Amino acid sequence: MAIQTIEKTAKNLVLTVQDYSLFAWRAFTNLYRPPIYWPEFLVQADIIGFGSISIVVLTGLSTGGVLALQSSATLAQFGATAITGQFVSLTMIRELGPILTGVMVSGRNASSMASELGSMVVTEQIDAMRALGVDPLRKLVTPRIAATITMLFFLTIVSDACGIAGGGLVTVLMNHQNGTQYLNMAWEHLRYPDIIQGLVKPLFFGYILSSIGCFYGMRTTGGTQGVGRSTIQAVVWASVLIIFVDFLLTQVLLTLMPPI
Amino acid sequence: MNETGANPQPDQEQAPITDAGPVVVFRNVTIAFDGPPVLEDVSFSIAPGETRVLLGPAGVGKSVLLKLVNGLLRPDQGSILLFGEEISHMPEQKLFPLRTRVGMVFQEGALFDSLTVRDNVAYQLIQEQVPDAEIDQRVRDALRFVELEETFDLFPASLSGGMRRRVAIARALIRTPELLLYDSPTGGLDPLTSTTIIELIVKERDVSHTPSLLVTHRLQDAFILCNHRFDPEQGRMVPLPKGVTDPGTTFLMLEEGRLIFDGSLHELVKSKNPFVREFLE
Repeated sequence: MAIQTIEKTAKNLVLTVQDYSLFAWRAFTNLYRPPIYWPEFLVQADIIGFGSISIVVLTGLSTGGVLALQSSATLAQFGATAITGQFVSLTMIRELGPILTGVMVSGRNASSMASELGSMVVTEQIDAMRALGVDPLRKLVTPRIAATITMLFFLTIVSDACGIAGGGLVTVLMNHQNGTQYLNMAWEHLRYPDIIQGLVKPLFFGYILSSIGCFYGMRTTGGTQGVGRSTIQAVVWASVLIIFVDFLLTQVLLTLMPPI
Repeated sequence: MNETGANPQPDQEQAPITDAGPVVVFRNVTIAFDGPPVLEDVSFSIAPGETRVLLGPAGVGKSVLLKLVNGLLRPDQGSILLFGEEISHMPEQKLFPLRTRVGMVFQEGALFDSLTVRDNVAYQLIQEQVPDAEIDQRVRDALRFVELEETFDLFPASLSGGMRRRVAIARALIRTPELLLYDSPTGGLDPLTSTTIIELIVKERDVSHTPSLLVTHRLQDAFILCNHRFDPEQGRMVPLPKGVTDPGTTFLMLEEGRLIFDGSLHELVKSKNPFVREFLE
């Protein structure tokens, strides 16, 4: 009995991976093939981009502040509090900005995509769209993916800026250090590879969170309960995949652009 | 008619085929979802101008059969011809243009809840970038057909169940389809609203002569369709003289995924198949 359950679970997992791969590939190739639904793209860009600004700003500010608080205590032991700015900016730009933005936006938008598309599936709206001769993948999925990739890129920049600002505020107001020194250190030690690394990641994370959200939404079964299940799966898998892919990407990018 | 006892095999060769060729042909279609077949070895056809009523209790695969007709589902075995084209293995992208020639009314209407009635009805026209003025005119015409002109700017959430079905019918009709598919259009509605919906279907049948496949488990709907015609002078449905039925309206019946009846109303009521008898009684 237990072996049968394991076998069934393993088969389902393999099937899900296969279905997701096909779905993600079709959605990706649709990005380059007409018709491209620009109005839908703009609507989604507004929902995903502007709608997520508040959480990204708050997360960025808090994370930068925490980084400054934690690092200054440790750096003080070596008399190196002056490099707090460098530490915060490099950590935010190379790592925490992209990944925190990815996870936060995933919590907000992968779930919304899965529940919205899932509701459309269970109320036969997706079938109705297909019956009306419109490809739901092009009409609903591709604009969401394109909008997420685009907006996550800019949201990451906002998050980086807020993180550095948050670190600066803590450094000046709570650690009573020099603000100019903080900003100089934050700026002067930045190199192009750091910025490139930080801005390549959101492109992948945006694709992952939107394609996972849409994938689980589009394969929803089982009525309203199924919608809830899809939403949970979308958020969990998008977050886990973002963190896992971040590890792989960091490895690859550090190999391509090694730190000095 | 095809009826051979408890578990008969309807024969495709006996299905009515006119000179123009059937609009839909099913040949030995079988489909299953993780279990026993939902439909097994189903064969029938729909001729031009013909209205076929698919009867059967809930859960016998009627809606599945309807979704197979325009390729929303794919059969495991057998072949399906839509407008003469084999669609069983046709890629989804090639199916989209074919589907624009088919109007489909879903069980609960399946209206897009984030769009107004106008945008729902005009959905295909908007995709085809038809000018707004023409869209408005055609939507008003379609809504007038279903007697719901006043709902033009409303959202589906503010409509009753019957109104949603009528809007769904307007959406299916707006592009003058060559085939109409109705999935339990009266399911869950009160008798009065059901009759209104059936009257619209009779009106479409007698005014446009569009071939159609109607799925229902309500015998009274099927009989009304057969025993009535639309009178354009009176602008309403009127009963046919006693003993006269619409010759273009015929019946199919499913039992546990198998087609057990294919014939006219007269043949249906005379049927000796125990399942048909039980269903009729």
